[in-house]
Amino acid sequence: MNSKPKAYWKENIKYVVLLLLIWFTASYGAGILFKDVLDTLKFGGFPLGFWFAQQGSIYVFVILIFVYVKLMNRLDKKYGYDE
Amino acid sequence: MTVQTWTYILVGITFALYIGIAIWSRAGSTKEFYVAGGGVSPLANGMATAADWMSAASFISMAGIISFGGYDGSVYLMGWTGGYVLLALLLAPYLRKFGKFTVPDFIGDRYYSKTARLVAVLCALLVSFTYVAGQMRGVGVVFSRFLEVDIDTGVIIGMAIVLFYAVLGGMKGITYTQVAQYCVLIFAFMVPAIFISIQMTGNPIPQLGMGDTLNDGSGVYLLDKLNGLSQELGFSEYTSGTKSTMDIFAITFALMVGTAGLPHVIVRFFTVKRVKDARKSAGIALLLIAILYTTAPAIAVFARTNLINTVSEQPYESMPAWFTNWEETGLLTFNDINSDGLVQYTASPATNELIVDRDIMVLANPEIADLPAWVIALVAAGGLAAALSTAAGLLLVISSSVSHDLIKKTFKPTISEKQELWIARGAATIAVIVAGYFGVNPPGFVAAVVALAFGLAAASFFPAIVLGIFYKRMNKEGAIAGMIVGISLMLFYILKFKFGFFDGGKEAILGLQDDWWFGISPEGFGSIAMLVNFVVAITINYFTPAPPSEIQELVENIRIPSGLENANNN
Repeated sequence: MNSKPKAYWKENIKYVVLLLLIWFTASYGAGILFKDVLDTLKFGGFPLGFWFAQQGSIYVFVILIFVYVKLMNRLDKKYGYDE
Repeated sequence: MTVQTWTYILVGITFALYIGIAIWSRAGSTKEFYVAGGGVSPLANGMATAADWMSAASFISMAGIISFGGYDGSVYLMGWTGGYVLLALLLAPYLRKFGKFTVPDFIGDRYYSKTARLVAVLCALLVSFTYVAGQMRGVGVVFSRFLEVDIDTGVIIGMAIVLFYAVLGGMKGITYTQVAQYCVLIFAFMVPAIFISIQMTGNPIPQLGMGDTLNDGSGVYLLDKLNGLSQELGFSEYTSGTKSTMDIFAITFALMVGTAGLPHVIVRFFTVKRVKDARKSAGIALLLIAILYTTAPAIAVFARTNLINTVSEQPYESMPAWFTNWEETGLLTFNDINSDGLVQYTASPATNELIVDRDIMVLANPEIADLPAWVIALVAAGGLAAALSTAAGLLLVISSSVSHDLIKKTFKPTISEKQELWIARGAATIAVIVAGYFGVNPPGFVAAVVALAFGLAAASFFPAIVLGIFYKRMNKEGAIAGMIVGISLMLFYILKFKFGFFDGGKEAILGLQDDWWFGISPEGFGSIAMLVNFVVAITINYFTPAPPSEIQELVENIRIPSGLENANNN
């Protein structure tokens, strides 16, 4: 593998790891592991941990994919892989 | 007009629409039959993926399950959406670049092995058949309740419709009917939800209404009210649930990974033109899915509160019409244990007199809230759209596994494209008939096998595909061993703890709960089986030779989005 695809792949992996960290924090973190702690806070009529488990995490997932699309399109351009 | 007339009209119109689309989008080549010609736009593919994914379980059962499980139901909400993040970031773009027809195609080529392909075909067939039987059953339930034909006739009508457009149009026909079905099902799901949200909280957005105050001027939050009602009747607090944190974690993880590994979802990403379209359509699909998935928990709260308010401690004689309608289907039963003529609905089985099947909550919800007849009929049409769209996607996976992976790629490579197309159609027909048989004679374990389907997908495909893309040195010995060990372990766990196979049958299941490994239920065990697959694959890989250099080049090639050649039949 020469250096261009290698560098592209490295940046891609960096994005994926970062986005999956957020993915994990919003669902397994806020919605499950720290649910009881967050539930002591209220978000309107929602206990916050419960809100993350049934609403918030899903919104975060949608945003994450669109951010990934944006980042990758930019990365493709930078390396001349877009078509 | 009555509910029944409305239902005939709406179901009739939508069915005519699906058939019209099928005739307009007939498939002429295997490429059209398998991947709709590979030129579907990201928006159309996003809509089709959303309909493909959202089945009778999402539309009919999920809100009901959440309604009775409260916080515990979150596993489905997070699990069945979070998997799309994995799909978009780890699988879809690379599989599109690889650019063949099926998931076993990828496994077979990447692991340069017919054995690997056959193991993958076996998994794909097992996963898809278990899933499709449930869909046909859903079709039957909707028909029997709203059109008053019996369940078997309902299943047969559903079979005929799916058969028509799946066999005629293949992936091309399925894609464009799924686009229409998405529109029908999301409209049918949202309209009653918005009505009821306004009724109960004055807020037209159900996602917000769920966390709003009640409309009765008391200023009490709906969720606080429901928590109070639940505890009065002896149930656990709605927003807390009863499952252990460990089990919630494991089930959510298994469902996410299983979602990302389901072949009928993955193949949808073979139908778009470019790698960037695959990424984008994953985003669109999840956005469209999220509309339903963030509304479902709101419906769950509304329906639960309405149900308790309507029935609890009320005289049986004054129950509304929907109550007796559903009693006739046997999905709702009342047994006046203390003979006081009132309905006691409690957590304790000793005093509880009302049993409500979870599956009827979404269907009964508009009636419970006293909405107009056309809304109730709309829900019936939506439920059918959800079940039929998923069934069609699954049938395509079954037929392409047989005609493409088994016949063309393994046993008889000399057949012509035309012959392959006819074999694909024949396989689809047989698959519909088998699925219909299971719909009419449901094995007593449909619910159990759905857990198995996700567990199997998680334990087999997900690790093999991810390693195939992200680990260049991964070889066939490791991948095959990983898949076989993963599946076998999953099967063993389901047989032991879901069927009581080794301990004297179904009666033993409850007693075995204390023996669950790490306290994880069979539903969540896919996450463990998946980890075991990874460990076995990497260990075996370490002691066996690296894959040939052309395979390593293939991996380097799929990591780069440009230079996509059109999928061909080789």
